[in-house]
Amino acid sequence: MTTEAGSETEVKENAEESAAQPDQSEEAKQESQEVANAEGEKEKEKDGKGITRYLPTWFKKQKSQSQTSPTKEVQPSEEPASKATEEEEGPVPEVNGHAEEVEKKEVKLEQAKEAESHSNASADTEPAKEEKVEERAEKGSDETKETKEGEGAEEEKKEKGQVEAEGEGGENQTSIFQSPLRLVRKTKMKVVVCHVALLDGTDFTCEVEKRAKGQYLFFKVCEHLNLLEKDYFGLTYKDNHEEKCWLDPTKEIKRQIRSNNWQFAFSVKFYPPDPSLLTEDITRYLLCLQLREDVASGRLPCSFVTHALLGSYTLQAEFGDYEPDQPRPLDFINQLTFEPGQNKEMEEKILELHKSHRGMTPAQADLQFLENAKKLSMYGVDLHHAKDSEGVDIMLGVCANGLLVYKDRLRINRFAWPKILKISYKRNNFYIKIRPGETEQFESTVGFKLQNHRSAKKLWKVCVENHSFFRLNAPEAPTKARFLTLGSKFRYSGRTQAQTRLASSLIDRPAPSFERTSSKRISRSLDGAPAICITEAGRDMAENGREPHLELHSDSKSRLRVRGDNIYVRHSNLMLEDHDKTQDEVLKHQASISQLKRSFMEAPPPSPPQPNQWEKRLTSSPASVRVQQQQVVDVPQTEAASPDNTITETREPAKTTEVEIEETVVIQEISKAAKPGLVSVTASPAAAAAAAPPAEEQEAHKEEVRVGEEAAVAEEEEVQPAKPESASSESESEEEAEYNPDVPVPISQTQIPEEKEEEEEEQFAPRDPPSLPAELSHAAEETTEEEKFIKEETDAEKSAVEERKTERETEERTEDLMVTPDEAPDSPVPPEGSGADFTQEEEGEPKVKGEALLVEVEPRLQVICCSEPPVVKTEMVTISDTFAAQKTEIATKEVPIVHTETKTITYEAAQLDGNGDGEPGVLMTAQTITSESLCTTTTTHITKTLKGGLSETRIEKRIVITGDCDIDHDQALAQAIKEAKEQHPDMSVTRVVVHKETELAEEED
Amino acid sequence: MTPVRAERSETLTKLENVMANMCPYGRFTHAVVRGIPETFGKVAGDGGENEATAAVELAKAQRQFGCLTGALRQKVGLQLIEIPPDPELPESWRIEDVAVIQGDTALITRPFKQQRRSEAEAVRRVMSELSLTVVEMGGEQGDSGGATLEGSDVLFTGREFFVGVSSHTNRRGAEVLADTFRDFAVSTVPVCGGARLKNVCSMGGPGTIIVSNSDGAKKTLRMMEQLTDHHYDVLTVPEESAANCIYVKGPSKRDFLLHRPAEECPESVSAFQKLQDYTLLPTACSEASKLGASLSSLCLLINRKHTHF
Repeated sequence: MTTEAGSETEVKENAEESAAQPDQSEEAKQESQEVANAEGEKEKEKDGKGITRYLPTWFKKQKSQSQTSPTKEVQPSEEPASKATEEEEGPVPEVNGHAEEVEKKEVKLEQAKEAESHSNASADTEPAKEEKVEERAEKGSDETKETKEGEGAEEEKKEKGQVEAEGEGGENQTSIFQSPLRLVRKTKMKVVVCHVALLDGTDFTCEVEKRAKGQYLFFKVCEHLNLLEKDYFGLTYKDNHEEKCWLDPTKEIKRQIRSNNWQFAFSVKFYPPDPSLLTEDITRYLLCLQLREDVASGRLPCSFVTHALLGSYTLQAEFGDYEPDQPRPLDFINQLTFEPGQNKEMEEKILELHKSHRGMTPAQADLQFLENAKKLSMYGVDLHHAKDSEGVDIMLGVCANGLLVYKDRLRINRFAWPKILKISYKRNNFYIKIRPGETEQFESTVGFKLQNHRSAKKLWKVCVENHSFFRLNAPEAPTKARFLTLGSKFRYSGRTQAQTRLASSLIDRPAPSFERTSSKRISRSLDGAPAICITEAGRDMAENGREPHLELHSDSKSRLRVRGDNIYVRHSNLMLEDHDKTQDEVLKHQASISQLKRSFMEAPPPSPPQPNQWEKRLTSSPASVRVQQQQVVDVPQTEAASPDNTITETREPAKTTEVEIEETVVIQEISKAAKPGLVSVTASPAAAAAAAPPAEEQEAHKEEVRVGEEAAVAEEEEVQPAKPESASSESESEEEAEYNPDVPVPISQTQIPEEKEEEEEEQFAPRDPPSLPAELSHAAEETTEEEKFIKEETDAEKSAVEERKTERETEERTEDLMVTPDEAPDSPVPPEGSGADFTQEEEGEPKVKGEALLVEVEPRLQVICCSEPPVVKTEMVTISDTFAAQKTEIATKEVPIVHTETKTITYEAAQLDGNGDGEPGVLMTAQTITSESLCTTTTTHITKTLKGGLSETRIEKRIVITGDCDIDHDQALAQAIKEAKEQHPDMSVTRVVVHKETELAEEED
Repeated sequence: MTPVRAERSETLTKLENVMANMCPYGRFTHAVVRGIPETFGKVAGDGGENEATAAVELAKAQRQFGCLTGALRQKVGLQLIEIPPDPELPESWRIEDVAVIQGDTALITRPFKQQRRSEAEAVRRVMSELSLTVVEMGGEQGDSGGATLEGSDVLFTGREFFVGVSSHTNRRGAEVLADTFRDFAVSTVPVCGGARLKNVCSMGGPGTIIVSNSDGAKKTLRMMEQLTDHHYDVLTVPEESAANCIYVKGPSKRDFLLHRPAEECPESVSAFQKLQDYTLLPTACSEASKLGASLSSLCLLINRKHTHF
């Protein structure tokens, strides 16, 4: 086991070295370091990062090249989703079994040895898990891996190490195949001990790879708990301000906790309105534990009588029938402390009631407990401090039904989810747009002031998640449609209640036996069952398509993303909307934006971060590896003002008859090679490919490998001129950007995450400020806060290279816009010209920009575009309304799909856009939602403008599909369109723009 | 064994009824009233808003009071507890204002008028005798300082409280109520035109709210609809005075509705007849009504069937 762990770590460090054998010494060092100091880990990470950077580019490039062919062969057109599912489900029986076993063992070891030797046990466990994951994910792409082997000795090393440890010869090859992933992980291998406070008061300790995503830890906890209906739960941590935050399962833990304090708490995140509908008793039991705590802590206020009643059910559940002789109940009660003010009277009543429960089983008692608790008015209400528009202190309560406004204990207002059209926040302001009532003509926006930006964002997230969970059926269907999920990342990434109920109904296992609080004190261990649980859990995850690994990928994406919530950096045509701003301001803002655009276009290449890059890319990007499909749907105008701008969020049926809805779906598929992350770089190569000779691209690749950071730096700025540089940058960026939806991602991600994530955060800020002169400034204005964050983070970063990388990342993240510049240079068309083209020709592009902006909006989350390899093909497919309409019901026009490999983009909607540009009208609302799935990043931008007497709502969805060559673009596109239609039945698809960037070698070849 | 089981199930039922939201509105076992004093019509203390309209007939008021109590006791079947009138307390017959009772908890309110606060003493005693948990609003100091609350501004629906912020009830009072009945959501709603919440609406069944057709009532109702998590059927009556009724699901499990008779509200009677399977009990209240009161003002309804605590 140790060796394995060591191998991974070694890989990271020694990645440069191609030695296939892991160094035990290194491993030991690493372990020791880990054990000893988190700081040491950090340092190592940094080192490793540096190395990884080089390595990753390396591997990635190699992988990409080698992989392309193999992958294609293996799975030419598998959909990312399918892959993901396969991977998830995939756990090859053997492999899985092994892995699981290993994990179990590890877990045991961990528990037993935690104090003693975390390093060994943890290392083992994690590696094993990683392997498992890799195996699952990579099953589909074993071949690819093989190809990789030749290229990446490092991988082999890792694999070997693992293999050795496992002692399974057969797996060696697979491991080799998987090696890429492993490498990443190994590089990241550093293991951290997580302490998770469970609901029963016990502490669960497990070791987690330092770069593991939240979901990984969460699943480990669920395994430990033997919990299947886990969608109601989540992990919390305390941020630097001692505020409780939900751990985002799709992001790396390390980035979220922002400290070395790996302390978490397992909690109920969504309180089921009807607990009796839960499938398993164990789920109800955990809910009971949470509610007991809620009551005891005062979070769930209840009357004396109710308190006593709940306490009596607790006693019945924990101790069974009342026995007069037993002193225990009293003691237990005392310990439980049902209420702060608990007193003798309370105890007496509890006991009295307890007597009346005779004969009730623990499960029945739990159910009764819940049946009573659920009726409490504050059940499941998550309160947030705020001030109303007049500065009066209030509380905002988020619950299953909507948003409640309290002043002290009094409910003074309530906004049910169906009445909320939009939820947004800006700085420390939190806004909800309310659907007009029967007697009202206009929607209204209600604003609240939160303590700070952080709390506003937190509230917003909670709202988004609760809305998604309780209100949507399968909205964003995080499960299947990774491609087209409409929510924002921020949004809820898990299953909705409807989905989880459905999934729960499929649970087929004997009711797991579990020990209750009282007995747990005596002993606790779930060793036996866990294995089964794990498998099940794994399956479930596979079903959902949410595997930790996958999530990891998404994380990587998120890195790229710029932080910002409602920031619309550049919508060329569209709009930006500051809620705060008046219409005039908006108009001005738009004007300024357009100016910025121009300036940007005109501006010299040096500024990579600029959003325009995206456009440029599009124009130039022909060669880009990514496949970006942008679907812009312009629906004829409808009047209804409330058509639901926030379709993604609310999905409200558009009441309006006439609404223009633009949905831009950008599907970017990035091959594994693409993962390299730096879109810009890739884009530039791509551009080069398109405009410039492929040879350059190749060169660029080489350079990338060699140059690494340096090249990247130069590239970004010089991207246009110097392809090679760009290539190098790409390589670096690739790591970050890569999302292979599928297996490959994990590896790349893992690597990337560590360095990039950290760097990104830090770097992001810097990049944005510097790189985005004019446009950025706009964005900055809107996003200032976010940017600030970024800056702060970025400060840490020092090297120009990193910054550049970050810039690159940001660019990529920002959605290609950043990349665009790079591409532009490469691309035949001058940046300006390209930009102009985009703006004029491509309405979709503007949208894209908007999307990009959107991406920015969501602070860290989305790394939307990842370009990777220098050589990229770009296909722009424009689909007229009809096309969309066909798929959806609403579609008005059918437009043939035009595939353009070139950078140029076609759009029918252009006119509309142009109109929109020409006559901005009054911006009513704008909203951006970004959601990421493993393979897909969806950015939804909803704008509502008032033109003349008509209000039109446009929904632009940009869907970026990142994946290996295997991805079936057509299918992905079709699904995206389908989802879009389903989600917005009342809207028609006006335009679909598909921007496809693919590595020439991979796809074409 | 059998008896034991029976006991147990009974106890469980009791518990459920005690629990929040578990008991549908209208299950009452006791009614507490206070007789009409000779000083009826004379506003307590410095004289109130009703002075001008105080052309009331004491005898008629007492007769109507007798009809009301008779209906509650004999028709509906409630146990009636009558507190003797106190001439020193001319408004003590408006007993609804003095306490808010839900489950086994009675909140003794602090009426707007200082002179009325001594009315609570007798009521407090009765509550204690009924083994209700008596909660005081507290003195002038402390959290509840300045809080005023009157029961006629409190609408309990069985699922939640609505407190009308009126000329007699303020937000602080509502906060105290919310702090007392923690199981329930307590929402504040505006009451227009100097009326009291119970003047414009009342419960007409477990999920039914009777509302008058006035603009102010509509406004209040709209706010209630905005604030509630639950669904209520709304029975609109054209006359404002008809909106105040007394609904009781008596021991006989039948639905009783005491409402203003056709002589007082000729246009609203037909609306009440829409209520299916109700036993309608027209009850005159013209004299009290002249003083701004209504049917519900005259009694406190309590559910003391379950006294296991």
